[in-house]
Amino acid sequence: MLLIRRFEERVFELFEEGRIYGTTHGYIGQEANAVAVMSWLEERDVVVSNHRCHGHYLARTGNIQGLMAELMGKADGICGGRGGSQHLHDRNFYSNGVLGSTVPVAAGMALAELRKGTGAIGAVFIGDGTFGQGVLYETFNVISLWSVPLLVVVENNQYAQSTPLAVHFAGSFKQRAAAFGLSVGEVESTDVELISERCREAVQYVRGTQRPHVEVIHTFRLCAHSKGDDFRPPEEIEQRRQLDPLEIAGNRLAHTVRSSTDTRVAQRILDAVQAAAEAPFPSLTDDPS
Amino acid sequence: MAEDATVVLLGEDLVDPYGGAFKVTRGLSSAFPGRVVSTPVSEGAIVGVATGMAIRGFRPIVEIMFGDFLTLCVDQIVNGASKFCWIYRGQVTVPLVIRVPMGGRRGYGPTHSQTLEPLFLSVPGLEIVAPSRYHDPGGLLRRVVLETRQPVLFVENKSLYSQPLVPIDSGVWNDMRVQRHGEADYPTISLSLARDSEVEEVTLVAYGGMADLAIAAARNVFMRDELLVEVLVPSRIKPLPMAEVLKSARRTRRLVVAEESVRTGGWASELGGQATEALFTTLLKPVGRIGALELPIPSSRPLEDQVLPQVSDIETALYQQVS
Repeated sequence: MLLIRRFEERVFELFEEGRIYGTTHGYIGQEANAVAVMSWLEERDVVVSNHRCHGHYLARTGNIQGLMAELMGKADGICGGRGGSQHLHDRNFYSNGVLGSTVPVAAGMALAELRKGTGAIGAVFIGDGTFGQGVLYETFNVISLWSVPLLVVVENNQYAQSTPLAVHFAGSFKQRAAAFGLSVGEVESTDVELISERCREAVQYVRGTQRPHVEVIHTFRLCAHSKGDDFRPPEEIEQRRQLDPLEIAGNRLAHTVRSSTDTRVAQRILDAVQAAAEAPFPSLTDDPS
Repeated sequence: MAEDATVVLLGEDLVDPYGGAFKVTRGLSSAFPGRVVSTPVSEGAIVGVATGMAIRGFRPIVEIMFGDFLTLCVDQIVNGASKFCWIYRGQVTVPLVIRVPMGGRRGYGPTHSQTLEPLFLSVPGLEIVAPSRYHDPGGLLRRVVLETRQPVLFVENKSLYSQPLVPIDSGVWNDMRVQRHGEADYPTISLSLARDSEVEEVTLVAYGGMADLAIAAARNVFMRDELLVEVLVPSRIKPLPMAEVLKSARRTRRLVVAEESVRTGGWASELGGQATEALFTTLLKPVGRIGALELPIPSSRPLEDQVLPQVSDIETALYQQVS
């Protein structure tokens, strides 16, 4: 969690310094969700993420240097700078940038694993905003009907970009998914241990029953949607800072452990940024594929 | 499907006894149980699911009931399937074939008659294959399904489903000389009434269902005025069959392109533009383009006939080239 937090903070700084080109969607405040889900997934499982994918990717792989180089558009980024922030692929991890579009693709991947008999399951991350996309419900129907072993992780961070839930969302997450006969769980917390406990059950359910499951995590994004575009009430953000998942988890650590972890993570980020900065830019002629 | 166990087929109403709206898939669900799936009416999700399966080791075929419904899959095709291989630096392939019955002349009206594949000409990473009566559609389909590494739109002109294939192997058909050109995998067929040392005066290019209209027009202008036309019928329309077209047009110095879609921004526009870039000083006339009027396709037969390009429209364009 700390690695994701420091990475994302550094990414925002690098944008301000003009050292990263393009855009980013920060995961600050939601770190516990990625860590909780990934801690129960196996190497063979397939993970599909969205535009806000850095935390998911780092929780899955820990490859900060590959991701930093990708964000900097460098040749040794995980996709050689072609994908950038929102379009990552590394082993069994995939992300793409259009809300909702990833869900049927993830269903197809999980269905493929089911048909191959590998025992792998799929996990796809979406947010509250994605509940506005029709293809999500097409896919809810399909995964329930065809019994696809897919875990749908919903990170409800209360805002679709700048639009609060109350303005874009009717009804309830749980009822929408339940209407398709899907198993649904819900947790409202930023405590990684609590979320992890829910995710353990969710992953076990999908693997054990080979049925899909939707797990809704009510959370909060402590940073802007993208870069400096935060128009949410400051008092709301301040209130939510009291529930910062890093503080909750950090307070459980001995002071010395916490401080040495801080130092170690800071050094890793420093090294990754330096290595990425020194890497060459790619050229279209590098790689014909 | 017998040759490769990873081939699966997804689409609406495919399972026997229905066998798909145009019966192309009839019998397959009985022959390959479990590998042919009748899906909900959810084109977007189905193309997405097939894309995911393709990335993870399958060779899915999706049947879209009417090509018009491709609009429901555009996000999956444009922002997903066609991009993944390249943006993920070649670490994945997407061997996905999307079969799309296109075209009019059956009275199905504005939303079941269109020729929408030109919308996809500007999508990198996507191929478009369009068989005609002058190709082996089954052979083409087999090849794309078993060999492709990237998504393919396989365009089937609906008016051809009821037509017999043209036997071209002997090299002569209905007094026309028939030849194969270009890549063996995706041949362009040429048809001509020229004999021995005679040379054609115009190159006429058409694919899919328009090929028969083009050949009828070529025959008519020869019978009437001895105007010799070489008709080229490509089987793969994206990437464009430029080598074959330029080779013929360099000789005839006149080029007409006919398609069933609207003229604006169409296949003929792109092909004509590229031919003009290559042969500006060679061509004796501007490239002629035949297409539908810029209107929705009406249901009424006389109205549909007026909106869609006819044999007489192609003849007029051929005469303009030699006027």
